[in-house]
Amino acid sequence: MKISIQRETLVQYEVEIGEATLLEVLQKIKTTQDKTLSFSSGCRSSICGSCSVRVNQKEVLACSYKVQDGDVIEALKNTPLIRDLVVDMDKALDFNAKAKAWLSSITNSVALTQENEKINEIQSDCILCGSCYSACPVYAVNDEFLGPFALTRVWKYVADVRENEPKAKVDTIQTNGIWDCTLCNECTLVCPQDISSKTDIEKLRSRSAMDGYSDPNFASGFRFDGSPIF
Amino acid sequence: MNKSDVLIIGAGGAGLVAALHAHEKGVKVRVLTKEYPTRSQTCMAQAGINASLGNAGEDSVESHVQNTLKSARGMANEKAVRHMCKNASDAVMWLDSIGVCFSRTKEAKIAQRTLGGASSSRACYAQDYTGLKILHTLYDRCLAKNIEILNEKFLLDIIKNEEGVSGVSVLDIRSGEVEVYESKSLIIATGGYSRIYDKHSTNSTASSGDGISAALRCGAKLKDMAFIQFHPTGLKASSILISESARGAGGYLLNSNGERFINELLPRDEVARAIDTQIKNGQNIFLDIRHLGEDFINEELPQERKLALLYENVDPVHDLIPIKPVAHYTMGGIEVDTSSSTCIKGLYAVGECANQGVHGANRLGGNSLLELVVFGKQAGESASLYALENDFIPKDTLYELRDESENKNIKLDFYKIKEELGELFYKNVGIVRSKQDLFLAQTKIKEIQSQVHLMGVVDTNKVYNTNKIEFLEFKNILEICEQVVENALETKRSCGAHYRVD
Repeated sequence: MKISIQRETLVQYEVEIGEATLLEVLQKIKTTQDKTLSFSSGCRSSICGSCSVRVNQKEVLACSYKVQDGDVIEALKNTPLIRDLVVDMDKALDFNAKAKAWLSSITNSVALTQENEKINEIQSDCILCGSCYSACPVYAVNDEFLGPFALTRVWKYVADVRENEPKAKVDTIQTNGIWDCTLCNECTLVCPQDISSKTDIEKLRSRSAMDGYSDPNFASGFRFDGSPIF
Repeated sequence: MNKSDVLIIGAGGAGLVAALHAHEKGVKVRVLTKEYPTRSQTCMAQAGINASLGNAGEDSVESHVQNTLKSARGMANEKAVRHMCKNASDAVMWLDSIGVCFSRTKEAKIAQRTLGGASSSRACYAQDYTGLKILHTLYDRCLAKNIEILNEKFLLDIIKNEEGVSGVSVLDIRSGEVEVYESKSLIIATGGYSRIYDKHSTNSTASSGDGISAALRCGAKLKDMAFIQFHPTGLKASSILISESARGAGGYLLNSNGERFINELLPRDEVARAIDTQIKNGQNIFLDIRHLGEDFINEELPQERKLALLYENVDPVHDLIPIKPVAHYTMGGIEVDTSSSTCIKGLYAVGECANQGVHGANRLGGNSLLELVVFGKQAGESASLYALENDFIPKDTLYELRDESENKNIKLDFYKIKEELGELFYKNVGIVRSKQDLFLAQTKIKEIQSQVHLMGVVDTNKVYNTNKIEFLEFKNILEICEQVVENALETKRSCGAHYRVD
């Protein structure tokens, strides 16, 4: 089987292997052919989010993608490349802090029902692999855009009935946040955990409207100082 | 600039819990990890975290203590076990308060399920993503508290003198430069060493015991290194974990004849040995959860279904899952006292790399996540107290990394040797052991150690040199292997996970 890996140049490798995941193939190349190949990996079971790369321009986890002859492997986009298939995730992860993606009010007094828990179950499956940032055309042109996984995380906490101050969370994501998304759905298509950040962003928009915010793209809804007109 | 009161190496569950509690005490905390926090081994914990909440039938702290002691086969420290079990409810309530999405009962209580060796349904869980959801919530909490976490720093050595620790040297993986971080106290939270079994382990490739070997090199004591838990149900081809909750929910173990051969809910060491005996008699072993039904599997065991499909090409709803026992958790580790302190002043250890004495000869499912929350708090508080009472110790010498890439005389491929060593350990220092097999393993390790100078790093690039990192991990693994086999030879009596046939 032949695959090509985008390094400083596109390098082709020929590997003798049966049905295998991309991660198994990368490991085989590394240990038997080319010890200089760099890539990240960890759990091998699609839960640590280390091994996200692009195959034929689509984001996948190397440990859960079955390699096909002729595949072209590249690092994630929109994230500083360190070497070969390894990118620097620090900046993307910083958006979790910028978006204040955490529970603001700590309380023991709120009991969650089964229904409450189901509201944000899928959002809490996120593994921060970064595939959604790589696929996001908005983040590609606006590197201050909070981006898909951070906004999904904000929705997770806004939707949590234990959060007493959801309004403060909503306030944080108005600029370079939910209104910048074009709802193109690319993030949903590449998510290995079947999360739809696009849907979460839509939910945050509805929630924002309830809190008196409106889409700034319709400029008439704002005063000169940028605050919304109710 | 590179100074902090408390320095924590490792950003898995134990490291982050310690960081949060140290931060609460008002000291400056810094965390270093060789990966990113959410990539740590904790994310792979699936089944649950034990606490005798009694939400699914009667339970008590005492039952939890007794189950833990029984599973530990008399090797646990009862005081530490009592401390852990007594604080379990508070630990789970704390996790719940910071936003962990535990599964719920119809009565809006935290749901609990039964794991092996437990007298009641005691494990609180979040589907089969318990570790993932706990780890990510802890990470979010650290962001909320603005705790400094530096990613992709590989621990080289602990720097200390006779007065105590003064910091660490690390390799910045991205730049390839050696850096020194100073601190008043230091917490090692680097996880276990199951990857000494190479591909015969459920663990992340990162579980190479880096913190344990660094602690050993600086004079800390290790304890019970031979005690390594084999999980009964790793997928046969890939060693990927199928959670104990599959058996807890009523899954069967079957041999090639379709016969059950063991009570599936006995502690892990007994089940693993029963499977091993069957395999040695030529049987193939399968996990059967078909009778649980598609709805139940989708709701309670979604990850299991996905992994079985991907790695074994079988659908657990309709097919048997081929399994084998694989190395899963290392009970042995850095010896610590009742304040999580090692024998070196200012040096603490917590989580799988530490030996708190709560697991003894065999860890109970659901107790490892609990351990890291309860003792993470203890380690964080102890280390911050130490930092408040003590000053920085100036370091005596500048520690520098030998440049591994300078070896021009590479004759042996360490990747090949690492794999062979894993095979040898699985066979000779695995589920059942004999004096003869252990001696053979010891001889082999000595032989490899004498050849290390013939191995080295082929990649000459400084930036993100994973070849170099993997060589450093290999050397740590080799040091750990030596300790494991030595302890296994010393311990002549069979006990829990250490089973001597002679």
